[in-house]
Amino acid sequence: MKTTYLMATLALVAATSAQAQTKAPAPDRATEVMKAAFKERGQAKLDRLNQDKAMELCTKYTVTPIPRKLAAEIEAENVKTIPFPADGKYLGDWKAGERIAQSGVGMQFTDNPANPSGANCYACHKLAPQELSYGTIGSSLYQFGKLRGYSPDIAKYAYGKIYNSQAYAACSNMPRFGHNKILTETQIKDLVALLMDPESPVNK
Amino acid sequence: MYRTIKPTAVKWLAAVAAFGLIAAGTAGAQAPAPKAAAKPAAASKAVAAPVTPAKSTDATVREIEKYREALADGNPADLWEARGEDLWKQKRGPKNASFEKCDLGLGEGVVKGAYAKLPRYFEDTDRVQDLESRLVTCMVMLQGFKYDQAKRAPFGSAENKSNMEALVAYVTANSRGAKMNVSLSHAKEKEAYAIGKKMFFHRGGPHDFSCATCHAQDNIRIRLQDLPNLTKQEPAQRAYTSWPAYRVSQGELRSFQWRLFDCFRQQRFPELDFTSEGSVALTTYLARNANGGIFNAPAIKR
Ligand code: HEC
Ligand code: HEC
Repeated sequence: MKTTYLMATLALVAATSAQAQTKAPAPDRATEVMKAAFKERGQAKLDRLNQDKAMELCTKYTVTPIPRKLAAEIEAENVKTIPFPADGKYLGDWKAGERIAQSGVGMQFTDNPANPSGANCYACHKLAPQELSYGTIGSSLYQFGKLRGYSPDIAKYAYGKIYNSQAYAACSNMPRFGHNKILTETQIKDLVALLMDPESPVNK
Repeated sequence: MYRTIKPTAVKWLAAVAAFGLIAAGTAGAQAPAPKAAAKPAAASKAVAAPVTPAKSTDATVREIEKYREALADGNPADLWEARGEDLWKQKRGPKNASFEKCDLGLGEGVVKGAYAKLPRYFEDTDRVQDLESRLVTCMVMLQGFKYDQAKRAPFGSAENKSNMEALVAYVTANSRGAKMNVSLSHAKEKEAYAIGKKMFFHRGGPHDFSCATCHAQDNIRIRLQDLPNLTKQEPAQRAYTSWPAYRVSQGELRSFQWRLFDCFRQQRFPELDFTSEGSVALTTYLARNANGGIFNAPAIKR
C-alpha cells in the first residue's frame, strides 16, 4: 500500500518534470543565455540578475497566484528584515517626502550613485490630488492617514511597507525601498509623513 | 542628402515635444529625460507651454492620435529610410560590397516583407536572428567589417548618426502593411521563444522589476503612459507593429533593440548587449506574440 503510493508519487514527479522539459529549454541554458545578454555598466553590475528566494518564487508565480503557504513564508522572512527606527518615530517632513515621491532618479546605470535616489511613488499611486500625472499599478493612497486613522500602528505599517513591501503582500509589484537600499531611514520617514501627517496634501 | 521636413511636421513636432516634456518631466526617470528637442522651434515652444498636467489619459491619447493623423505624410523617419536605402545599395567595407547579396530570410537582397518574418532561424549561422543581428552578419560576411566594428554605434545621436538605425528604418519600411508571421517551426526558434519568455518574467535588480511588472496587466499606466499588456495578442500586436519609431523627444529613429535596451535600463538591470542571443530571444517572444498584426512602422512617438 505504502510502496504503491510512493511509486505513484514518483511517477507523477517524473511526468511533471518531463512535461516541463518539453516546454522550456534546460534551465541552465536559459539562465546562461540571459546572463550572457548583459554587460555591467556603471553601478548596474551583473549581480542584479540574481534572485533571493522571494524573487525566485515571485517570478514563477507571476501569472498564476502564489499559493497561500508560500506567500506566508515570503512575508514572514521579509518582515524580519525591517529595522524599525530605534527612536520609535516614524514621521519626518512631508514636504521632503513629496519631493522624493515625485522623483524617479536613481539606480539606473545612467544615474550617479553618489546622489540620493527618488522613489517615484506617483509612477504607481495617486497621492496628493494636485498631481494629476499618477500611475495605476498600485492603489490610490489619497487620504491614506485620514481614512486609516493617524495612529502609531498605521504609521508603523506605512514605514514597514515602504521599507519592505514583500513583508505585507508577497509578490507585490512594489519595490522594497529600504531592504534593497534605494532609500535611507530619513527618506522613508519623510514619505511616511507624506501619507500620515494631517497637514500633508495627501490628507486634505 | 537630407530631405527637408514639411512645415506641418515642424508644427507637429513642436506640439508633441511640449507634451513630451510635460509628461516626461513629471515622470522622472521612468521615462528617459528628453534631450533637447529635435528642432529649435520645438524647444522654445515647449518651454513656453503652460505646465498643466493633462486632464485624463483619454484626452491625452486623443490628442496624440490627432497629431499622428496630422502628420501621416510627414514622419521624419523618412530621412532615416532614405539614408538606409543609400547605405543598402552602396558598396562599403574592406570587401567593397553592398547589402544586395544580404539574405534576410527571403533570399539574397529581398527586403520586401522580410521584417514581418523576423526573428527566424538562419542555416548559414545556425542561429535565430533578428534584423539587427542579421545586418551585423551581412556586414561581417559580405562587407568584411570586423565583428566589433559592425556592432559599434547601434544607437545614434544628433552628432553621431547611426548607420544601423538607418538600415533598420529602410528594411522595416519595406514590411509596412505585411502581416506579422514569425515561425516557431525550427527547434532553435522554439528555444528562443522559451528563453525570451523566461527573460520577460525574470524579476531582479534593486527594484524587483521584470518586464511583466509593467507589461502583463490590462489597463494600467505609469504616470500618464499607458502600458501595453505584451502577453496578450491584441496589445502585443499594437505595440510590436509600431516599432521602430521616430522619437520626437529624442529627435532620433529608434530600433526595437533600442526599445529593449531602454526598458532594461528603466528596470535597473545592467546594459543589454546589442544583438546578444538573449536580446534576440526576447524579441522572438514579443514578435511571435504579435503574429497576425499588420506591421505599420517606422512609426512616430513622443
Ligand atoms: C512599481 C509600482 C509601485 C511603486 C513605485 C510604489 N508602489 Fe506602493 N504599491 C504598489 C502596489 C502594486 C501595491 C498593492 C500591492 C501591495 O500591497 O503591495 C502597493 C501598495 C502600497 C501600500 C499599501 C496600501 C494599502 O492599502 O495598505 C502603500 C502604503 C504604498 N504602496 C506606498 C507607496 C509609497 C509611499 C511609494 C513610494 C515610496 C510606493 N508605494 C511606490 C506599487 C508601487
Ligand atoms: C517600470 C516599468 C517598465 C518596465 C519594468 C518595462 N517597461 Fe516597457 N515600457 C514602459 C513605459 C513607461 C513605456 C512607454 C515608454 C515611452 O513611451 O517612452 C514602455 C514601452 C514599451 C514598449 C513599446 C510599447 C509601445 O506601444 O510603443 C515595449 C515593446 C516594451 N516597453 C517592452 C518592455 C520589455 C520587453 C520589458 C522588459 C525588459 C519592459 N518593457 C520593461 C515601462 C516599463
